Amino acid sequence: MTKMVTYPSGAIVPERDLGYTPVLEALHLGIDFGGLTAVDDFNLIVGKTEIAGLIGPNGAGKTTVFNLLTKVYQPTRGTILLDGQDTSKMTTVDANRAGIARTFQNIRLFNNLSVEDNVKVAMGKSYSYSTLGGIIRSPRYYRQEEEAHERALELLRIFDMQNLAETAAGNLPYGAQRRLEIIRALASRPKLLLLDEPAAGMNPVETQELMDNIIKIRDEFKIAVMLIEHDMKLVMGICEGIAVLNYGRIIAKGTPEQIKSNPEVIEAYLGKNREG
Amino acid sequence: MAKVTELLKNRFFSGKKVNRTVSYLLVIFGYVLMIILMKAGMLTSHFTSLLVPLTSYIVIAIALNLTVGFSGELSLGHAGFMGVGAFSAVIISGLLLPYVPNTTLRLIIAMLGAALVSSLFGAIIGIPVLKLEGDYLAIVTLAFNQIIKTIINSIYLGYDNNGIQISFVKNKLNLGEGAVTILKGPIGANGIKRISTFTAGFILILITLLVVYNLIYSRKGRDIMACRDNRIAAESVGINVTNIKLEAFVISAALAGCAGALYGLNYSTLTPAKFDYNLSIMILVYVVLGGLGNIAGTIISTVILYILPEQLRFLQDYRMIIYAVVLIGIMLLTNNSWFKVQYYKISKRIRKKMREKKGAAA
Ligand SMILES: Nc1ncnc2c1ncn2[C@@H]1O[C@H](COP(=O)(O)OP(=O)(O)OP(=O)(O)O)[C@@H](O)[C@H]1O
Ligand SMILES: [Mg+2]
Repeated sequence: MTKMVTYPSGAIVPERDLGYTPVLEALHLGIDFGGLTAVDDFNLIVGKTEIAGLIGPNGAGKTTVFNLLTKVYQPTRGTILLDGQDTSKMTTVDANRAGIARTFQNIRLFNNLSVEDNVKVAMGKSYSYSTLGGIIRSPRYYRQEEEAHERALELLRIFDMQNLAETAAGNLPYGAQRRLEIIRALASRPKLLLLDEPAAGMNPVETQELMDNIIKIRDEFKIAVMLIEHDMKLVMGICEGIAVLNYGRIIAKGTPEQIKSNPEVIEAYLGKNREG
Repeated sequence: MAKVTELLKNRFFSGKKVNRTVSYLLVIFGYVLMIILMKAGMLTSHFTSLLVPLTSYIVIAIALNLTVGFSGELSLGHAGFMGVGAFSAVIISGLLLPYVPNTTLRLIIAMLGAALVSSLFGAIIGIPVLKLEGDYLAIVTLAFNQIIKTIINSIYLGYDNNGIQISFVKNKLNLGEGAVTILKGPIGANGIKRISTFTAGFILILITLLVVYNLIYSRKGRDIMACRDNRIAAESVGINVTNIKLEAFVISAALAGCAGALYGLNYSTLTPAKFDYNLSIMILVYVVLGGLGNIAGTIISTVILYILPEQLRFLQDYRMIIYAVVLIGIMLLTNNSWFKVQYYKISKRIRKKMREKKGAAA
């Protein structure tokens, strides 16, 4: 079990991440949709190599938090520091370039592109050849395309998907689509990887594999992962710090042990969803 | 020998490269066939006169497929870019006539000029419109098509020994000695030196294929299709969707301009009314019937749909009706879930067969 340490502010991070800038600091983040306050006063610190969990009942605002962090939505209030850099005013594109990448709850792949091309699309940072260079096939085109091909296969190997490289992403089975989304996000070289219900629709064997792979990704790439998940076995099994969201507000933060025994959490979340 | 066939197969006939190989073969085969038939005197002069416009339509249809098929943006005014290209080329060629007697060189310069001007218009339209999500481009290109036609309709341009003169709306040209009028408002241009040739059209198609296929199979092509498939996901991995769509649109406009230049310099008279909404829709029909994102299909459908009604003259009056009927048929067919399921089943079966074969071979 990871030893978690508490900052004076009350935030907790893994002990090994002490002394490093947290990969994420969300400060008083909030958003209103018309009259509805979907997320309010969201404060969270994620350590440099932490696996963090964001849980809560349906409609609590978890996906909305991801949309705020990746700047799909413009926050009404608050600040986002990504590895110390203020991304609150950035576009989604710039936020990704600053180091945040994500998967989507309702899968969003480039369905008509091959699996390999889906991964390559996310490697924009690694190419420097221009549009014209591509049309006239400059030496740089050949070199970088070769590199991209190698790297894409390497990433696909994480989930043992290298043999599916030529398949159209839209034709993949559901579980493989979820895995491809993770690989695509990784290909953009993030510092923080956001996973929105990565185990949804997976069977227990696949889920176990996914858990191992999330840890492997964290260890290999030395990045932080923050995940939304309803599967408590996964959350309690791999998350080091967990935040519980209810009606757009954080009602509890802590280690899996603390969360499991928090009466408010049991009331708000676990109690309601015990059957589900 | 086996190695050579294997190499050829991998290089030209595997996966997505098949479409490219088919396109090149079609175009080269078509060209050679026409030249042979022409040399043998087996083509009517009417048929021969269709060849240059045909090549021009193939080019603009491929260009439009880049926008509609690959980039996923509907343009209802591509004839506008063609018109801009055609009249730019006519003006450039007209002005250069005394200085560049070599027709090939003049055609090349006129085409490059046309590409530049039409890509400029592409950028002017694309920059504000492609920022927006939704089918705004369709509406704006439609308006652009109408507006550009009206603008060309009102330009009077000519030169004499003292220089170039231009006037708008009314003919206020006051040309002296050595007068040559290039544009005459609604009448358009006449007395154009016809310098387009079938061979030039053939080469332009090859260049268009090279540009579009190489673009599609490079990082920018992947980005273009990714933005089409899922805009939000593309942004989430750092792709600037507006810029990517703009690049595709400007390249498409430039190619449409080249097609226009080829077309415009093929006739001695040219009226702006030619490049109206109807032409835009006609090209769009070629693209839709040939298949979105399918360039070989675009070439085939353009050849059939352009040559057939021209040859079957008695059908001429019904051409638009036939288009409408076929278009509706295709829409019903491609949006029909039963048909989709059948198509999926068949393609799955074929893929399985191919895999089995591969497995057996290995
Ligand atoms: N664009 C939007 N416009 C209006 N309301 C929105 C918008 N996006 C989210 N909401 C609302 O915000 C609330 C939180 O939604 P969100 O999708 O973040 O929940 P969630 O915690 O991810 O739920 P689930 O577990 O079902 O995925 C919901 O009430 C939802 O209707
Ligand atoms: Mg959600």
